[in-house]
Amino acid sequence: MSQAATPDSKASAQSEPSIKIACKNVWKVFGSNSAALFDADGSVDRQALERGNYISAVCDANFDVFEGEIFIIMGLSGSGKSTLLRCMTRLIEPSAGSIQFDSQDLLKVTEAELINLRRHKMGMVFQHFALLPNRTVLGNVELPLEVQGIAKADRQKRALEVIELVGLDGREEYYPRELSGGQQQRVGIARSLAVEPDIWFLDEPFSALDPLIRREMQDEFLRLQNVLQKTIVFITHDFEEAIRLADRIAIMKDGAIIQIGTPEDLVLNPATDYVEEFIQDIPRARVLSTASLMREVAGDTFAGSVQAKSTIDAELKRILNADQDAVFAVKNEQGDIIGALPRGLVVDLLTVSKRKQ
Amino acid sequence: MSSAALLEIIPLRLRSNPWISLWLAVFAGTIILMLAKEAVPLAFKYPSAWKLPLDVWISSFMKWLINDLDFGLFTFKEFTRAMAWLVEQPYLLVKSLLSTGFLKGTGSYAVQVFPRVSWVALIAGLMLLAHYIKDWKLSALVGACFLYLVVFGQWDSAMVTLSSIVIAVPIGIVGGLLMGIVGYRSPRFRVVLMPTLDLMQTVPVFAYLVPILLLFGFSAVSAMIATIIYALPPMVRVTLLALDQVSVEVVEAGSMAGCSPRQSMMKVLLPSARHSLMVGVNQVVMLSLNMVIIASMIGAGGLGHDVLSALRRLKIGEGIEAGVAITLLAIALDRLSQAYANRSEPLHAVGQQSIWARHPYSLTFAGIVGLTWFLGIYFPVLDTYPESWQITTGSFWDDLVRYININYFDVLEGFKNFLLLNIMIPFKRFLLALPWISVVAVVGLGGWQLGGKRLGLLTASLATFMAVVGLWAKAMVTLYLCGMAVIIACLIGIPIGILAARHDRFHGFVSVAIDTLQTLPSFVYLMPVVMLFRVGDFAAMLAVIAYAVTPIIRYTDHGIRQIAPHLIEASQQAGCTRNQVLTKVQLPLALPHIMLGINQTIMMALSMLVITALVGTRELGQEVYIALTKADTGRGIVAGVCVAFIAIIADRMINAWASRRKRELGLD
Repeated sequence: MSQAATPDSKASAQSEPSIKIACKNVWKVFGSNSAALFDADGSVDRQALERGNYISAVCDANFDVFEGEIFIIMGLSGSGKSTLLRCMTRLIEPSAGSIQFDSQDLLKVTEAELINLRRHKMGMVFQHFALLPNRTVLGNVELPLEVQGIAKADRQKRALEVIELVGLDGREEYYPRELSGGQQQRVGIARSLAVEPDIWFLDEPFSALDPLIRREMQDEFLRLQNVLQKTIVFITHDFEEAIRLADRIAIMKDGAIIQIGTPEDLVLNPATDYVEEFIQDIPRARVLSTASLMREVAGDTFAGSVQAKSTIDAELKRILNADQDAVFAVKNEQGDIIGALPRGLVVDLLTVSKRKQ
Repeated sequence: MSSAALLEIIPLRLRSNPWISLWLAVFAGTIILMLAKEAVPLAFKYPSAWKLPLDVWISSFMKWLINDLDFGLFTFKEFTRAMAWLVEQPYLLVKSLLSTGFLKGTGSYAVQVFPRVSWVALIAGLMLLAHYIKDWKLSALVGACFLYLVVFGQWDSAMVTLSSIVIAVPIGIVGGLLMGIVGYRSPRFRVVLMPTLDLMQTVPVFAYLVPILLLFGFSAVSAMIATIIYALPPMVRVTLLALDQVSVEVVEAGSMAGCSPRQSMMKVLLPSARHSLMVGVNQVVMLSLNMVIIASMIGAGGLGHDVLSALRRLKIGEGIEAGVAITLLAIALDRLSQAYANRSEPLHAVGQQSIWARHPYSLTFAGIVGLTWFLGIYFPVLDTYPESWQITTGSFWDDLVRYININYFDVLEGFKNFLLLNIMIPFKRFLLALPWISVVAVVGLGGWQLGGKRLGLLTASLATFMAVVGLWAKAMVTLYLCGMAVIIACLIGIPIGILAARHDRFHGFVSVAIDTLQTLPSFVYLMPVVMLFRVGDFAAMLAVIAYAVTPIIRYTDHGIRQIAPHLIEASQQAGCTRNQVLTKVQLPLALPHIMLGINQTIMMALSMLVITALVGTRELGQEVYIALTKADTGRGIVAGVCVAFIAIIADRMINAWASRRKRELGLD
């Protein structure tokens, strides 16, 4: 497996991030008697797997999710991304492997402990909203609090707070069918946040929405994450959405994770042709940082300076407006010059065919 | 082509399709058996010495249950009677409320302590309910139906019937719901549950009337228990289906919210499935009403008793009036429960409201009930509709029948004799002449080809069972009557269905007609055919056709209409005429669906056939009916199980074919 599970540069630059979820050798194989394929230590009989009438939805997934990051699992339909997410919440029982959640082995907890974990530590948003049609907005958001046995007045107070947080105040007595798709998903988001979960799972939350609404909801999502700073596992089939929202992206194909990295990593070093297919149509200037394009300083005179962390796109106007052979200084957060960015390189990036030969 | 060339081709074809050679072998074997009839008598008549005395065993078991089983503190019989007592209490309460009023003392010394709900109040209440659920049209319909009961003097009987329905239906619903929930939760229980439901739905009711009679006595409670057993299976199935259909995501959302399994059922699954569950409620109501007449055989009074006794005395007019009363009761309750199932959901409430604004209907109803009770003391009209105001059409119906029979006897008789002599009797003789071994082989091979070895084994052994218990000839007569009825029903129903699918106005008309026909209790069909054709196979067959024709019409219509419109557009664009669209696109694609309709028709035909035993057919149904009159548990159950097996054979084979065909067409 060609897996580049390097912690991303952004995260490692800060103090050592703590691991929230660690998935090790996670498998999910569908088919009768699939349990027989694995020995006690979780290793798989690959020959039997290929010979038999099995479907491997998740093959040997290994990755960590760090505290406070947005980790996106991207794959086309049938790639096993939703199954992988459901293994992480144990909505689907994995065939083999281990999933450490806050250093607790999720696959070993009892039914009662699992319910307790879900009640207090996990929140999940679903593709088709999954709202109960017989309950109002308030009733839906109250559900996770209600099943914990919280008193009515307290849970309504908390539910109203999250409803306000997602911008649905005034609609709490409406039924889901009276709301638009975007509003319904806001209810789904409010419900998943009602218990103040540690970790927030989102299963293609915006796929069922119109493109314009989707964009709006993505902004809303980023705004919420700015306030809440949750650890997020986010599933999508839309690479652009992944690039836009992710701290790190895992790309899945046929049940296997084929590459994990920051959006910039993926664009600069696609691990396989498959990944390359995806990045072809991505406007690179929006993903790449000035640092990724810079060269070493060689006695240049600088026409100005740019921040190493900002994307080319953010600095584009200034760079293009400079003289044809202008060179910009690339400065890190401390203000030291770490490289030089000639205008020509930026123009090349914008004009040269995106496909690597 | 020379004969040598032919010889070359046949083995090739045989090799490419082994089924042909197998079928040829069965066919040839049958011919040989028929030719050498004298040599192998046991292929034709299962030796009575080898007969399995299953009926005797069951009867002895039943005797042991009732007479000898003793748990120490109490006997089995005391246990069942105690259960009957338990069910009887709420029944008596409701009956007092609706029918007799609350009495003190017994017999003619009884003094009314508190009056029953007056007819004015009940009708007003139901009309309010209908208006609350849907609109004033439904309200008017329900009001008219119940007004008929009053005006035609059926009120007292109808209230007795309604009382038992009011008790049987909730028990059936709750019982079905619980069984369905357990089946949903436990795949193992489901494995046992499904074939049990199949048997419960295919064994004719008559077959289990006897054991119920023996265990619970001749009473309204026995009748209710039989009704519940009859009406429960669809509720179980609907519950299973409704729970299975709840979107996986919604269930997952419940789990992720931290629901325990119990919370998940009560707060997520059942509320999400509530619309589909209401379909089951409607089914339970309708089947309970369908049982009204049969249940009166073991002690249910009311309208069913009126119909049955009128039929026995050949008082056609009286029978029709009571039959219409049952039908109207059925229509009213059906429309009410359907409207409730399809009720539009409430919108968000606006602000705080007064009690009156929040409960306008219940408060009005309470007011009317109180007022009529009070006024009823001074104006008895409100309590009991005076007999002198009642009208009856009984003599009109009797006259009509007499008129038809006097003036059209020859025409009707000629028609009946022509069909009997030229088609029905030859078909019957043919089936009876076949060696049972061949029939078993055909059924087994058919099952094997359609659904694999396991199905073949199942169908063959079910068919063998009928020979082994010594009911082969009666089973063949059942097959003949059912087969004839189904073929004719298809000949009538499929064209009507096709027409309905192609013409929207006709579709509207047919839908209403079918809805009404399906609300009629099966017994009602017997009356007109007996009036016109008297007893016998022919009358029975007509009743079966009339009862069983509805599903084939519905499924044909629906099957054609559900075909994706782009396929029709594509074929029209390719230049097909309307008829070509029908024959080349619509019918082939709708065929699996139509076959399921035929399956339904077969099921309904079999259930009706047993009832037609009352008008003198000589098949398994008659065997069951005789057992009922002789209180012979074993005989009734064995014959009933045979009917069920015929149904199961047909059902499994047709379903195997239809699901394979659907898979091939990519319709699933």
